[in-house]
Amino acid sequence: MSKFKTKQGKGSPAINTSSLPDIIFMLLFFFMVTTVMREVTLKVKTKLPQATEVQKLEKKSLVSYIYIGPPTKSALYGTNSRIQLNDTFATVDDIQEFVAKEREDRDEADRKFITTSLKVDGLTKMGIVTDVKQELRKAGALKINYSTRKGKSNQK
Amino acid sequence: MARKAAPEINAGSMADIAFLLLIFFLVTTTMDVDTGITRKLPPPVENNEEDIDVKDRNVLKILVNSQDRLLIDGKPGDISQLRYKVIDFITPHPENPEYPEVTSKYIEQLKTEIVVSKGIISLKNSRGTSYDMYIAVQNELAAAFNELKDRFSMDQYGMKYSVLIDKDKIDAVNDAVPVAISEAEPDDIGGN
Repeated sequence: MSKFKTKQGKGSPAINTSSLPDIIFMLLFFFMVTTVMREVTLKVKTKLPQATEVQKLEKKSLVSYIYIGPPTKSALYGTNSRIQLNDTFATVDDIQEFVAKEREDRDEADRKFITTSLKVDGLTKMGIVTDVKQELRKAGALKINYSTRKGKSNQK
Repeated sequence: MARKAAPEINAGSMADIAFLLLIFFLVTTTMDVDTGITRKLPPPVENNEEDIDVKDRNVLKILVNSQDRLLIDGKPGDISQLRYKVIDFITPHPENPEYPEVTSKYIEQLKTEIVVSKGIISLKNSRGTSYDMYIAVQNELAAAFNELKDRFSMDQYGMKYSVLIDKDKIDAVNDAVPVAISEAEPDDIGGN
């Protein structure tokens, strides 16, 4: 009898928290592995148009991006739409070289699966986009993706 | 003299440090998925290659000018009509000379021949067209072809194209409903 009585006065024992860091570390590693840091600093604004019939872009490692839009520093670079490849402004002539370089960075087997994602601002005129598309055709990068957000179309 | 054993390090704050890092990565993680309309560009044409003649009745011409106005098959149109016009155009009408010619195509997965339209959508835009409008048109075209795929898929398999899982079935639908969009080289219709 007395065995049970002595226990009552002690209250609930403290929870062992020594494995808490391990749990947190596990979560930490998960987020560290899944985090994709943005590789480029955007120099152009790309407010993407909206569309309803969108598909997901899979295999992010096989996607190369071309940004087209008005420069963020409009006082310095004007408001006309510019092309951005990697971290710098570029012209239409640089695209073939860009495609070749993107191809070299990938494995031989993966090269034919490279998709070029065009992130183009909605207010851009098609002229510059068409020029880019023609260059992509010449460079042999035929799989393209017009990047859009899912939602109701802007033009109605 | 025996050295005193190093005192045990207090690991109580380890969790706090890990939490701090965890929160940093939680905040910086972007889990956004890239979405968009996927298209395949035609391979570059050689100069000496001849233009392939396509009969007029087989082509639905869509023009977008620099004022973002639409011309569908010679008539001014609205973007809301585009989807249904395209669906109507591509749906096979074997007896009607107003619609594109039809041909029968052997679908390997189904082991039957089905009737497909020879219709092609020809999209032409001006250099001054806004990208918003271009995407809106592309979106409507994609919607039209998705609708056609859905219809075919419903007929054959009793479910929509988007919920098909079997690779064979998906291929069969894609074979039966080819996305026939041709983009002309742009010119300066309607000025810049």
